Amino acid sequence: MKPRVGVVTFPGSLDDRDALRAVAVMGGQPVPVWHGDAGIADADAIILPGGFSYGDYLRTGAIARFAPVMTAVREFAEAGGPVLGICNGFQVLCEAGMLPGALIRNRSLSFVCRWVHMRAEGDGGEVLEVPIKHGQGQFVASPDDLAAIEEQGTVAFRYCAPDGSLDERFNPNGSAHGIAGLRNRAGNVLGLMPHPEHAVDPDLGPTGGHHVFQWLLTAAGQRVPA
Amino acid sequence: MKFRFEVVVTLKEGLLDPQGKAILDALPTLGWNGVSEVRVGKHIELVLESDDEATARAEVEEMARRFLANPVIEEFRILPGHGAEP
Repeated sequence: MKPRVGVVTFPGSLDDRDALRAVAVMGGQPVPVWHGDAGIADADAIILPGGFSYGDYLRTGAIARFAPVMTAVREFAEAGGPVLGICNGFQVLCEAGMLPGALIRNRSLSFVCRWVHMRAEGDGGEVLEVPIKHGQGQFVASPDDLAAIEEQGTVAFRYCAPDGSLDERFNPNGSAHGIAGLRNRAGNVLGLMPHPEHAVDPDLGPTGGHHVFQWLLTAAGQRVPA
Repeated sequence: MKFRFEVVVTLKEGLLDPQGKAILDALPTLGWNGVSEVRVGKHIELVLESDDEATARAEVEEMARRFLANPVIEEFRILPGHGAEP
């Protein structure tokens, strides 16, 4: 049976449909989940997609974390369920305290929309080409949190040069330590600013998103009863 | 009784404030050369019903701590109260 991957639609979500399609392209069963739902429809994995949930009023992701569905998402994550937050979804996970740190306005002050390279950390160092499109993607955390993140090795992806070397010139938003994506300590919650859901179909460009969806679907598959 | 409060939320000291920096960089082009620091924050006004001002203030503090400001990146202060609203 295909793992069921729930994609939450908040008011203002933009990339929920691309995420649903990416799940199907990658071999999962896409399941739409509504922000007002009390449950997550027996999903084996959850995606919080990109966009501008609730207009991003107050702070990015600040209001989405109070959505009714988030109680179920939090319980699912605490029980070890795989949760992927993309762009606005990453911001929601940080606001909800499910990942450390926060995302603030890009160092350049400009919205950035282009393809970048990121390196999968602690995982053979695979270099992935993925698009970014955000105004508030600069990852920051307190010095203590940053030290803990590095010590625990929970950085999932760092912005890098095309050859995989770390170079501040290839940091598109000024993120601390070039962090593009981050896991929680248990490893089942992953947030990243780049958009893997826009990079899965070879007819449309690079397929750097496969790596992320393979992780999600593998983790989800382990939850499907045999 | 109704009480009005003003909450000011700013980015933490030491954290780069890109909007403040943009304003700081623009000021000399208009002839103001003596400005050494600009910080941009949010100003939030709330009116709430409560028995007395101290209780209302405690509630606003709790709102600020849990929601209006993100303790990872921001700090807040509540301006002196205005007394009961007419």
